[in-house]
Amino acid sequence: MAAYINIENISFKYLQKQQINIFEDISFNVNKSEIFYLLGPNGTGKSTMLKCLSGILHIQKGHITLEGKNINSFKHADLAKKIAYVPQSHTSVFPFLVREIVVMGRSPHISSFSSPKKADIDAAEEAMNTVGVSHIADRPCSNTSGGEWQLVLIARALAQNPEIMLLDEPTSHLDLGNQIKILNVIHNLAAKGLTIITATHFPDHAFIKSNKVAILKDRHLLDIGVSEQVISEQNMKKAYGVDVKIIHIENGIDRKLCVPVLTNSISA
Amino acid sequence: MIKALKSVSNILKNINTAAIKTHSIQIQIILFLLLISVVIISLMLGRMDIHPFTVIKILFSEILPIEKIWSSRIESVVIDVRFPRVMAALLIGAGLSVSGASFQGIFRNPLVSPDILGVASGAGFGAAIAILFFDNIVTIQIFSFAFGLLAVGLTYSISRVYSAVPVLMLVLSGIIVGALFSAMTSLTKYVADPMDKMPAIVFWLLGSLNNITNKNLLFVSPFFIVCMGTIYLIRWRINILSMGDEDAKTLGVNIERLKGIIIICATIITAASVSLSGIIGWVGLVIPHLGRLLVGSDNKILIPVTMLVGSSYLIIVDIIARTAIASEIPIGIITAIFGAPIFAYLLRKNQIGR
Repeated sequence: MAAYINIENISFKYLQKQQINIFEDISFNVNKSEIFYLLGPNGTGKSTMLKCLSGILHIQKGHITLEGKNINSFKHADLAKKIAYVPQSHTSVFPFLVREIVVMGRSPHISSFSSPKKADIDAAEEAMNTVGVSHIADRPCSNTSGGEWQLVLIARALAQNPEIMLLDEPTSHLDLGNQIKILNVIHNLAAKGLTIITATHFPDHAFIKSNKVAILKDRHLLDIGVSEQVISEQNMKKAYGVDVKIIHIENGIDRKLCVPVLTNSISA
Repeated sequence: MIKALKSVSNILKNINTAAIKTHSIQIQIILFLLLISVVIISLMLGRMDIHPFTVIKILFSEILPIEKIWSSRIESVVIDVRFPRVMAALLIGAGLSVSGASFQGIFRNPLVSPDILGVASGAGFGAAIAILFFDNIVTIQIFSFAFGLLAVGLTYSISRVYSAVPVLMLVLSGIIVGALFSAMTSLTKYVADPMDKMPAIVFWLLGSLNNITNKNLLFVSPFFIVCMGTIYLIRWRINILSMGDEDAKTLGVNIERLKGIIIICATIITAASVSLSGIIGWVGLVIPHLGRLLVGSDNKILIPVTMLVGSSYLIIVDIIARTAIASEIPIGIITAIFGAPIFAYLLRKNQIGR
């Protein structure tokens, strides 16, 4: 019995002539309906790995299978019906309305020579409701805040009606309120049966529920497993080169937190 | 013109965006009626003014049995002289505008025009050497069309790396190919007979709808109709391409194939336009922005609106070109004189470049 998503010995580099791979010989599994956090310092290839999983980039070695089927053997539209990808925030060149952006998620369900029909517009409405952006549906996307835009992109991915959603640092450069809003949306989607794989810079987010975490460091996985075990003081030191204390908060929160220990030179 | 634009944009500011959606059908109907009236006005006006009812009767007499109470000379002016010219303006205006709108979408740049891949420079060079060596209208048109396609083919092959065609490479290759063909056109002008051939080349490049007959219109219009029809059918996908390659890929779009189809269609339209009329600039750049001002950015509505606005616009410009002064003004000059200030206005109003 193959795992839901099986990643086996994958390696990737951007150009053939490059000596060193971005990452090499990485293997892991992702189970259905779990939230999988990918941690690691800047530039280790978290985004690159998500792009390989989504089919934007192609790995040179190894293979990625979805329910036993190699993702390279899917047609473009068929893969997009299974896997949706939420990019790191970028803006649209043209000031499309939010609803026009979200309905683009219906693209894999619409034939090349046709436009969105009533059913597609309804599906987009539903996605906007789920994510909570219906109230800005008629606003040009150039007039949305960072948090709203990230939610719009999640709604667009949801409109694809996928089984798996890949998110590339969805909470980076968002304020605290918007970070929590996004995390709530992600947890709700997972509760509905979606499999979530997300790259993040916030180890604390992985503690919110018992999630699976992998740390990517120097082309390899430093560790992989449940958040309580993987996000340890030793692993954080190895991954980010800073001393941290993992503390447990009581007072009705009942959750672990990852707190950096500041050296004297900084705190002084 | 500017005043009219200002009032239109003021009206639109007062309607909220949701209302624009429901109004988009009405806008299309209004633009369609505008197009029909512009066509009839254009058939009326000229060296000899003809009554509008006579124009309409003459048009219908081609397909219906109507008693001819007008002279055959008037009929000839309407059907043989003015009709092909108006139809050419309609097709070229719609074609250049729709090519511009789709190029702006796939190149993700609102400042792109249909000439970006060098098609106009190539077609211009083809026409110039045909004038130099053959000086026969059919040969000029065939050469112009062929060199337009050749130029874009060259651009495409220069920019192709590892079976992908990055947008930046495509645009830079377009500049290279455009510069090369412009230089060769200059060379052709330089060696041409300054009394006879050189002015012919210069006037041809400035653009005119004077040489169009029903016969060559019949030959060229299928190219326009098939290519515009194809872009019309895939118009919604241009939205997705305008979000960038990575997004489009994860949304299940075969980006290389889709871009290829759009580039081929837009190139054939532009090459066919240049081969009919010479180089008519600014239409493909400005009209899509006028369309966006009316109905927003969604290509599902923008593409048909752009076609309607573009065709009416070029017919109006052509009326001015042939009636403003005793002799005809090259149409490319007028589209530039109108286009530049309209574009400046739109830039400041909409902050397009933002």
